Amino acid sequence: MRYLPHTKEDIQEMLQVVGAADLDALFSSIPDECRRKEAMNLPDPITEWELNGHMDCMAASMGAPPFYKVFMGAGSYHHYIPEITRQLLLRSEFFTAYTPYQPEISQGTLQTIYEYQTLVTRLLGMDVANASMYDGASGLAEALLMTIRATRRKKVAVSRVVHPLYRQVVKTYFAPTGFEVVELPVGTDGRTDLSGLADLGELAGVALQSPNFFGCIEDLEAAGKAIHTDKKTLFVVGFSEPLAYGLLKSPGACGADIACGEGQSFGIPQSFGGPGLGMFAAKQKYVRTMPGRLIGKTTDRDGKTGFVLTLATREQHIRREKATSNICSNQGLCATAATMYMAAVGGTGIRELSRLNRDRAEYLKASLAKAGHTSPFSAPTFNEFVVRFPDGFADTWQALLEKKIVAGLHLAPYYPEMSDCWLMCVTETISKNTIDSLVKEVVK
Amino acid sequence: MKDKMGTTGLIFNEPLLWEKGSPGRKGLSLPRRDVDETPLDAALVGDGPDFPDLSELDVVRHFTKLSQWNFGVDSGMYPLGSCTMKYNPKTNERQASIPGFAGAHPLLPESLSQGALELMYDLQGYLGEITGLPAVSVQPAAGSHGELTGMLIFAAYHKNKGKPRTKVLIPDTAHGTNPASAALCGFTSVGVKSGPDGVLLPESVAELMDEDTAGIMITNPNTLGLFEDNIRQVADIVHQKGGLVYGDGANMNAVMGIVNIGDIGVDVLHLNLHKTFSTPHGGGGPGAGPVCVTPELEPFLPVPRVVKDGDIYRLDEDYPLSVGKVHAFYGNFGILLRAYSYILSVGTYFKEVSQYAVLNANYIKERLKGTYHLPYDRPCMHECVFTDKHQQEHHVATLDIAKRLMDHGFHPPTIYFPLVVSGAIMIEPTESESKETLDQFIDAMKQIAQEAVDCPDCLHESPQFPKVRRLDETAAARNPCLKG
Amino acid sequence: MKAISELNLPEDVRYTDDHEWAKKIGDVVRMGISDYAQDQLGDIVFVELPEVGSSFDKGEEFGTVESVKAVSELYMPIGGEVTAINDALADAPELVNSDPYDGGWMMEIKASDPAELEALKSKADYLDILKG
Ligand SMILES: Cc1ncc(COP(=O)(O)O)c(C=O)c1O
Repeated sequence: MRYLPHTKEDIQEMLQVVGAADLDALFSSIPDECRRKEAMNLPDPITEWELNGHMDCMAASMGAPPFYKVFMGAGSYHHYIPEITRQLLLRSEFFTAYTPYQPEISQGTLQTIYEYQTLVTRLLGMDVANASMYDGASGLAEALLMTIRATRRKKVAVSRVVHPLYRQVVKTYFAPTGFEVVELPVGTDGRTDLSGLADLGELAGVALQSPNFFGCIEDLEAAGKAIHTDKKTLFVVGFSEPLAYGLLKSPGACGADIACGEGQSFGIPQSFGGPGLGMFAAKQKYVRTMPGRLIGKTTDRDGKTGFVLTLATREQHIRREKATSNICSNQGLCATAATMYMAAVGGTGIRELSRLNRDRAEYLKASLAKAGHTSPFSAPTFNEFVVRFPDGFADTWQALLEKKIVAGLHLAPYYPEMSDCWLMCVTETISKNTIDSLVKEVVK
Repeated sequence: MKDKMGTTGLIFNEPLLWEKGSPGRKGLSLPRRDVDETPLDAALVGDGPDFPDLSELDVVRHFTKLSQWNFGVDSGMYPLGSCTMKYNPKTNERQASIPGFAGAHPLLPESLSQGALELMYDLQGYLGEITGLPAVSVQPAAGSHGELTGMLIFAAYHKNKGKPRTKVLIPDTAHGTNPASAALCGFTSVGVKSGPDGVLLPESVAELMDEDTAGIMITNPNTLGLFEDNIRQVADIVHQKGGLVYGDGANMNAVMGIVNIGDIGVDVLHLNLHKTFSTPHGGGGPGAGPVCVTPELEPFLPVPRVVKDGDIYRLDEDYPLSVGKVHAFYGNFGILLRAYSYILSVGTYFKEVSQYAVLNANYIKERLKGTYHLPYDRPCMHECVFTDKHQQEHHVATLDIAKRLMDHGFHPPTIYFPLVVSGAIMIEPTESESKETLDQFIDAMKQIAQEAVDCPDCLHESPQFPKVRRLDETAAARNPCLKG
Repeated sequence: MKAISELNLPEDVRYTDDHEWAKKIGDVVRMGISDYAQDQLGDIVFVELPEVGSSFDKGEEFGTVESVKAVSELYMPIGGEVTAINDALADAPELVNSDPYDGGWMMEIKASDPAELEALKSKADYLDILKG
């Protein structure tokens, strides 16, 4: 086995030093009643080359680009990933390192994550960002728990147009706590209806997503004002498509106290839903109640600038049951990928890319509308939108799979009342020609 | 080799990203605009983020230089206790980058995701076989997330029995995530003192276990690297009072093929695929923390479950007792894939993996035990814990020893954990290291012990070779500067 | 760490078993942590104090003091209402290390029961605890 360096001679010499007769004797401290009697039923090891064939074969069954045209977003987006991101991430000094507990030999990770924190705060218009959460969903759950810590209140409200799978995760996290989650309805324009907010009593936090699950851009500024009529309530802005903030006003500029969401769009492969990147940022005054790791700048003994893990007293390894979260391992390498991506796309590039996503999606929206397939919602959208299709579209959708086209996501499982609606997504990886061919198929 | 392995090398200074570049540069190939610009309500439009503009080579040089300031498993031995820093096979990365997997959307119809579902299903099977706990969810994104899932299962199980419980027992050797995960589920953690031999005593558990206690969280082997040999008695005590036993499987690398975790009374166990199953730690993550449970607890596992009907793999949501979802999709699939690739590569050799991991740790323990104080002098599992007691006489502390190891070209062990050992030095070599490397490490540790006698200040002034010397963590915490 | 003989333990303050000190100043009781406590904690990086106007019972936890790698709870030496907190600690928590009884004071309390202050330990009794 090529991963095991031990020769027979090594083993003998080492056993002698240890004073064990054989390898089995090493386990003498394990009582007999705890010993496994039967061997594990595992397959014979396969060679590297067999493994390649096996995995290629399994992967061939997947409906992924470039062979498939996938008009589906809903929290996982197909964006181009520059080759430099892929190759730089394979620098083993990054990817085979542990959490940077020893700063002197982890400055690469530490400076990178410090840069990540900085770029995330700039993207979201916030004061502080942590080194990552597991994903957009658990990040939202943690954000809502944070509003409860910060306000000592017991109830939070979440918009019904927050990603339905994120809301399920929030429900899971809240189930054993005794804190309450209430849902805010959707208005006819596809945005969250906040008119009933005042009747909900004292809220620790209110969470909206923008663009929301229907792709609609929420009026965050107005929402922030409405939510902050109760000065104690924290305004949480979620997102699943961070690229939108290359174009849109940032959550911070709209009064968000916490901004959190999924960062997969930034240089991270979709990889069947994970690993992604839970981006998490807040206003300065809440920093001590934030979950997750933080990197800070400092100096060494000779006065040279360097970076360290800091404000760690919030974390589980110090504060244990009183920690602000149980998170330990996070999504560090994905945050590294996102940093490389944000660096490569740059300030000028992200505006262009963001616009192109919106404009191509608008092109599909307009083309479908021309053919009579309109969106039920009037609110502006970014790179996703909902379309209502006539009866029988489910069959068309199925038939299109044969042509290697995934024509959006059916909303019926998530919003039963919208069984004639599909959520469509277009990113920069789908050209006008491909959009035209989809429209031709749908309209004929 | 008599020289220390560390040297100053060729280390370049490199500014922060935004101190580089020039407006108008681009490092990304932007697709051609083939559609018209569309109007958008100006009130919604922002100024765009203040990111620097860099060229492709600017970015490449920046991160290449930064990477050179880092130490990884590929750089040298990384005996970080409790973290199982074994070799991360290159082939795993190749498999993870196959476009069919890397580019797969998680909400693809099942007919177009059979490969990914099959992979998860088979992985569940392998993990079930290795642990002896047959029902598996691969959804949790890390060890701690697995613990949270386990505690959710504890809560759901007792609620379903009609009598929610409020407390969880946690030994004093436990990792911080254990009490933190229990607290997230509303449980009060009750500490259990380990006995004089560093393992739990059944009587201490019996004293605390009652019918308001949901169960116990046990790490086995524990964080002292010792097998909890009373585990069966402890499990019986907990079960008799209607409680459950949670196993923190962070240390599974010691006992694969040696212990069937299902047999020793554990009901729920999490694994850290980024430890035992060779997936890279990425400078902080991502990991994966699958949860393995007894058939009795299967109904409580997170949904969706990956199931097989005939030849077809499916996602099944229909588990009314399930704790629900803990991840937006199915967990860190890309990490699951790497672990699967590792399992197929190692196959029937898993018992050897554990045997050599334990052999390596015992070898280090035996060869260093005269030089460093060994608080629990008994056969260890995959890691051994020393202290700085002998070096304290010369005013040299664990931290100094750790820092000096860097100058010798080694990553330091885990230090000051577990908390029950003052000045702990926790060494986990893993099976990846050869005898020559272990001998070099042992030599370095012995030289450092000698230096502690001859020149304590040489240790206080270490490390000498890395890019920066010891950093001022107090200043960092007093006046936090968290962004530039 | 300091030997017991090196500790600065003024005669004119009272001490608790949890290493807080308290002292009457005019109408209020001022409190902080002892030289022993600050020495054990090491470099203090943050002090978390309650809002002025909040009330606590004797022995109740009212805040925390943090070093880089540890957090310790702070307990009320006597019951009462918080009338002032030392704002200087927000920017200079190191005052607790350098000047625990003066610049590093933490709060002023309006005592609900003045007898509670009298019941606290004298320097001599406190020293006995430290000597174990
Ligand atoms: C014993 C133990 N339990 C739990 C964990 C938490 O695992 P993770 O970092 O994957 O959340 C760790 C790892 O740091 C550990 O060593």
